[in-house]
Amino acid sequence: MRHLGRPLPRLEASPLVSGRGLFTGSMQAGDHLAMRLVRSPFAHARVTSVDVSGALALPGVVAAWSWSDLGDLPPISYRTGDTGRLDGFRQPVLASDLVRYVGEPIAVVFAEDPATAEDAADQVDFRAELLDAFIHPVTSALGGSSDHATVALVEQGFGDVEHAIASADIVVELELEVGRQAAMPLEPRGLIARWDGARNLLEITGAAKIPHIDRDLLADQIGRPASRIVLAEGHVGGGFGARGEIGPEDVLACLGALRLGRPVAWLEDRREHMTAAPQARGQRHIARVAAQDDGRLVAMDVTFMIDQGAYLRPDGLRIAELTAAMLQGPYRLDAFRALGDVRLTNKTPAGPYRGAGRVEGTFVRERLVDAVADRLGLDPVAVRRRNLVAAEEMPAARGVTLGEVPVVYDSGDYALLLKRAEQTFALERLRKRTRTRRSKGEAVGFGLAFFVDRSGGGSGDGVRISVDDTGTVEVVTGAADLGQGLETAVAQIVADILAVPYTDVRVVHGRTDAIGFGQGAEASRSTVMTGTAAQQAAEKVREKALAAAAALIGVSADRLMLDEGEVRPIEHSDAPGLPIGAIAHALRPDRAAALALPHSPDSAGLSAEAWVSLDSPTYPYGLAAAVVAVDEETGAATVERFFVAADVGNAVNPKLVESQLAGGAVQGIGGALSEELLFTATGEPVAISFADYALPTADQVPDIECLITDDAPSPLTPLGLKGAGELGINGAGAAIAAAIDEAIGTPGAVTHLPVTPARLRAVLRGVS
Amino acid sequence: MSQIRPLSFRLNGVDTSVTVEPRRTVAEMLRSDLRLSGTTVGCEQGSCGSCTVIVDGEPVRACTLFAVQLEGRELRTIEGLARDGSIQALQEAFVEEDAVQCGFCTSGFLVLAAAALESDPFIEDEAIDALVSANLCRCTGYGPIRRAVRKAAKTTRRAT
Ligand code: FES
Ligand code: FES
Repeated sequence: MRHLGRPLPRLEASPLVSGRGLFTGSMQAGDHLAMRLVRSPFAHARVTSVDVSGALALPGVVAAWSWSDLGDLPPISYRTGDTGRLDGFRQPVLASDLVRYVGEPIAVVFAEDPATAEDAADQVDFRAELLDAFIHPVTSALGGSSDHATVALVEQGFGDVEHAIASADIVVELELEVGRQAAMPLEPRGLIARWDGARNLLEITGAAKIPHIDRDLLADQIGRPASRIVLAEGHVGGGFGARGEIGPEDVLACLGALRLGRPVAWLEDRREHMTAAPQARGQRHIARVAAQDDGRLVAMDVTFMIDQGAYLRPDGLRIAELTAAMLQGPYRLDAFRALGDVRLTNKTPAGPYRGAGRVEGTFVRERLVDAVADRLGLDPVAVRRRNLVAAEEMPAARGVTLGEVPVVYDSGDYALLLKRAEQTFALERLRKRTRTRRSKGEAVGFGLAFFVDRSGGGSGDGVRISVDDTGTVEVVTGAADLGQGLETAVAQIVADILAVPYTDVRVVHGRTDAIGFGQGAEASRSTVMTGTAAQQAAEKVREKALAAAAALIGVSADRLMLDEGEVRPIEHSDAPGLPIGAIAHALRPDRAAALALPHSPDSAGLSAEAWVSLDSPTYPYGLAAAVVAVDEETGAATVERFFVAADVGNAVNPKLVESQLAGGAVQGIGGALSEELLFTATGEPVAISFADYALPTADQVPDIECLITDDAPSPLTPLGLKGAGELGINGAGAAIAAAIDEAIGTPGAVTHLPVTPARLRAVLRGVS
Repeated sequence: MSQIRPLSFRLNGVDTSVTVEPRRTVAEMLRSDLRLSGTTVGCEQGSCGSCTVIVDGEPVRACTLFAVQLEGRELRTIEGLARDGSIQALQEAFVEEDAVQCGFCTSGFLVLAAAALESDPFIEDEAIDALVSANLCRCTGYGPIRRAVRKAAKTTRRAT
């Protein structure tokens, strides 16, 4: 049976449909201490005292620490390797002289049970002198003055933008904003740390996404060798970027376990998650586009400001860099400039969230294209089509870089995808029907957005495969799984090469003691990088098996085949085969020599390892389209239909890809219509529960209609793989904005996401 | 600390006696005292539904109910339903439709659907869609969950 490219059921599902998932909160050791943070109630204040004696007086409290108890603990550092210029923006593990956002940790308590820890946290006496809170990034003077509120400027571009704009037929300028939002995984964050004195080992469970990188960061923070720390993920209740960015809580739990000699469990509650976990988006843009009368785009110039909150997260300036690097999307331009200003405010620090920088950039770029079409009286889809980078231009250097890496689109046939989407979804008919409904008085519209995404790249992803005597295959990876189906995808790739059922392939991930290096599961990398490494390691195992079988059977390897888990001579395809498990048995180090099999002492058994490194990431792409109806009384927008078409190079499992697209799309619908983290003028967060942060519910979203193509395999990997994790969310806001414009008959009406009913009512009032 | 109270109820078909603090919720008791961690807790605020259990045949959010309120009543959880085979059609449909990504919401949706299918095996698709809107999922986008519950309903109907 062939596995690659088939929509097989995911291997991970079975424990999860029986309540046997091992999420962080289910793994508490029997004698663990509950850790609880005391958090600042003020957005900006000078600390006068933090007194933990009241907490310590409660029975059941084992320890309570403020900043002065921590000793010389460095602030949280960057996993991007940034040093120097960004040093001043690292978050202290506990606040010392200043608190800079509501929710900033100021003390920590450890108690015998969660309820006592919660009571004890209430007993910590915190005194502070209030300072003015800076909530608005534009006027923020956090750091002393408006200049000091800028963490850094990020700039990208090519060509003479001013000249191109001056000589173009038309120029459109827009002010566009994407509100603050959050990844909001359904499982809050958590961490369990346990010091094993017998082995002098600190064991950590919970942080997911980038286990090896997180381990190294934690090792640095607490001053222990990385090899004396094991980080292992269990089941993870969603990540979407927010989970697994090391923060004060992670360091404190480790410190607690080491100092107190007891396992420590930190389990965040939802309210805490909503002020403490990384938040995202919060970007304002002043964007200009220049075009010729025939609709050809000439130049784009975007200045944007990121509402960073009070500190940088370990991902440093990544989001500003991604925005600038990916803003051009699929279009040809003569000149381009993006200038990002990362600004401090008295809010929860922002960090990555699925589609980081691209959701924002796509919203901006596609709004600009819609504006050009409107100004010139052209069809918005036609304007897009005429500006797409052509397949013949691939690989296409885009004149910008991300970090040091030039952005070069590896492959793509954008026009073909547009055509196939138009056919599959019958978009012409759909648009006509929408127009007819509108002419009959319904406020309904259609919108479409095109985008390019980025996945994988770099190095440090590896795989080790070994086959046991029963023929069961173990694949050890340095990747992580947060619900995307990594085990299934990797098993499918390996199963075909080793000719075994994919259910016989066990994939180990997210364990720093199982393999030396790993880049986890960020930036849609796991299928691209780990999938490629798995393919290469499996091919080595296959060769090794055939060579050993050749010696055992006495037939040369090139005349052997591996089929249904057995090796047999090609000429005698009905002869009894040699099971791959038997070959593994023969290749055991104690037997291989005796049997005079080809083997090498440094790769014992039927096993092999492979590491991949890609100089450039891959660039999957797609489009989103939406039909949206607006209730002009209430301002409520309803997404009636939603489409995503995406090219992923080679879909290992189309069903899993579709699930990624659909899940991302619905997050995108939430981000377009309802999800927003608001703050009061004094910096108090308004959203502290699911009641105030409106995630989409099932009745608010249609079934997502997907088209998955593999017309443009990546030339960078043998299987042509590209990542799919962030394609669903990328274009949702942009497509829905266009559809709302059309529904209410006002081009350019939507300038601010999310388009909440209140915001849309205000727009409608302005219109009438 | 408040005083501990005795409590007797039926848990997944077995008469059970425990002692609990009056402020303990059913979710906390299940997860911490009884080590039944299949009931997950996404919010503790009664809004996500991941902690859904069945009390006397009705779906209930275990984070909003105090354990002492269970006195004399019948509680069923995902573990019990999975063990007695009564949700096999739902489990299979969830896997087939890929309605499980991270799986954190899955117990809640399965229990919610199980209660609905038990009380009305002829439940209409529209009612299923409304039912599924009660709980939150951040991964799947809901389409696969809707389809899975509809499919299981069909299978169950055929069997009855
Ligand atoms: S945990 Fe009970 S409803 Fe969310
Ligand atoms: S599958 Fe992750 S929350 Fe539903």
